[in-house]
Amino acid sequence: MRTIEVIEGGFFTTVQDLGRYGYQRYGVPVSGALDRFAIRTGNLLVGNQEGDAGLEITFVGPRLRFLCDSTIALTGADLGPMVNGKPVPVWEAVRISRGDVLSFQRPQDGIRSYLCVNGGIDAALVLGSRSTFIRSRLGGVEGRPLAPGDTIPVGDPAHSAAKFTGRKLASHSIPHYGNNHTLRVIMGPQDDAFTEAGIKTFLSSVYTVTPMFDRMGCRLAGPVIEHKVAADIVSDGTPYGAVQVTGNGMPIVLLADCGTTGGYTKIATVISVDLPSIGQAQLGDAVQFRSIGLDEAHRALREQEELLETLRS
Amino acid sequence: MYRRARFLPVGDKALSIEIGNAISAEINRQVHNLSHEIGRLAVPAILDVVPTYRSVLVYYDPLLISYAELESCLRALEGTLREGEVHATKLLEIPTIYGGEYGPDLGRVVQHSGLSEAEVVRIHSGTDYLIYMMGFTPGFPYLGGMSERIATPRLQTPRPIVPAGSVAIAEQQTGVYPIESPGGWQLIGRTPVQLFDPSREPPVLVQPGDYLRFIPVDESEYADIQHKIRSGVYQLVTSTMDRPP
Repeated sequence: MRTIEVIEGGFFTTVQDLGRYGYQRYGVPVSGALDRFAIRTGNLLVGNQEGDAGLEITFVGPRLRFLCDSTIALTGADLGPMVNGKPVPVWEAVRISRGDVLSFQRPQDGIRSYLCVNGGIDAALVLGSRSTFIRSRLGGVEGRPLAPGDTIPVGDPAHSAAKFTGRKLASHSIPHYGNNHTLRVIMGPQDDAFTEAGIKTFLSSVYTVTPMFDRMGCRLAGPVIEHKVAADIVSDGTPYGAVQVTGNGMPIVLLADCGTTGGYTKIATVISVDLPSIGQAQLGDAVQFRSIGLDEAHRALREQEELLETLRS
Repeated sequence: MYRRARFLPVGDKALSIEIGNAISAEINRQVHNLSHEIGRLAVPAILDVVPTYRSVLVYYDPLLISYAELESCLRALEGTLREGEVHATKLLEIPTIYGGEYGPDLGRVVQHSGLSEAEVVRIHSGTDYLIYMMGFTPGFPYLGGMSERIATPRLQTPRPIVPAGSVAIAEQQTGVYPIESPGGWQLIGRTPVQLFDPSREPPVLVQPGDYLRFIPVDESEYADIQHKIRSGVYQLVTSTMDRPP
């Protein structure tokens, strides 16, 4: 069996794929990578299916020893990856030999990096996905972050490794995350619960990423968004990307591990192609919201699909 | 209940069908009827359907279907739903041991209600509860219909760990913690039945829209059921309700 040995787990490293669909009616969150573009790209670069599982590496990377020859790609944040102490490029398929050690120096841009390995991370499927949902200990490695001594199973690759080595994303297509994030949103479904002034505040202010930031959501701080009456509603569905405004008037962007339902007003919802941007934000970063229409959001989505299509050949 | 359902975009991959804006069995019945019918459509572009108290959230793939197409398809469906149409509704019996170490907050409910312990148990186990929706944690049923007489506020400080199977009260709501999790509800008892198990398909025993009934058991019955569950021979007691209450 192909495996990877965990020497150090890093700050917070979990197995993720594109999430768990079909079970939200039972209260099971979608989970999956917080930067879907990065994990899909990484998988395609190494010849995997884009829905294969990889490792989501947060801020401080792990130390991993490969016990099998592999082709890997590191996408998303640049956390300064090195193989046997030598820097390796990101957004590019890299050949790894049995015994090689992958480690990380320090974050350069963004905070979440994805390690995709040819054959995919072969954690057990739980409700149709390998994604880790920490709060309920579902999926991944015993439903928890990686720890020293773990052995991570890797699937058998569908293609010979040589075919993919050196494949990379064109440099002009590589995202730069930076520290200022403009998130495009579709207003609603409860934008009518806010005053005109409240909506104006939301769309014209700069918000700051607070330490209350995990895979469930990112709490922001800034000018108070004014409700007409109250912040509570009769609970309804809460998608990944919803911007919830609680009683104190502060927005929270719900992320992949968010609950499936919630009882706070949702002023807007971040469009799919901009979700990686908030997933890569860090403490103190600036966030602004810009309202767009559905057509524009779907156009942006199609453009991203066309870019990924070029990697599928 | 709104005269006509409201169709609202929720981001670029979901659409909400709002039936009303209140907690009511009538609104919720429409929600479950509609979500059942959407499931029967088996449209590949529909990725997930989430019934809630008063709305259905439909997740779709906009690369496969446009919002306008989806909306008109769902509006047509809504139009065909007959008033009061009900799909087979199940009632699941939940054997529950009340009080003691299994329900450490039963005393607080007794105190708050001014009733005797036996009276609280009789009232709690004497109602069939509609599962309005699931959420909070995987498999957590939001139940409606509990008597006001045993309503009790949440704990001042939530517990970091509530054991799986805990039966609990918060204000006029009651529910069961299907898996170990943090929680601030008053724990009045526990069931050995595993309401959520990710290795099952589906992982839950009953669907949103079904009913639960708590059946008081004593310590030896509890131990016996627990043993049967562990050996895989426990027979759940369910029945089909022709006409839900």
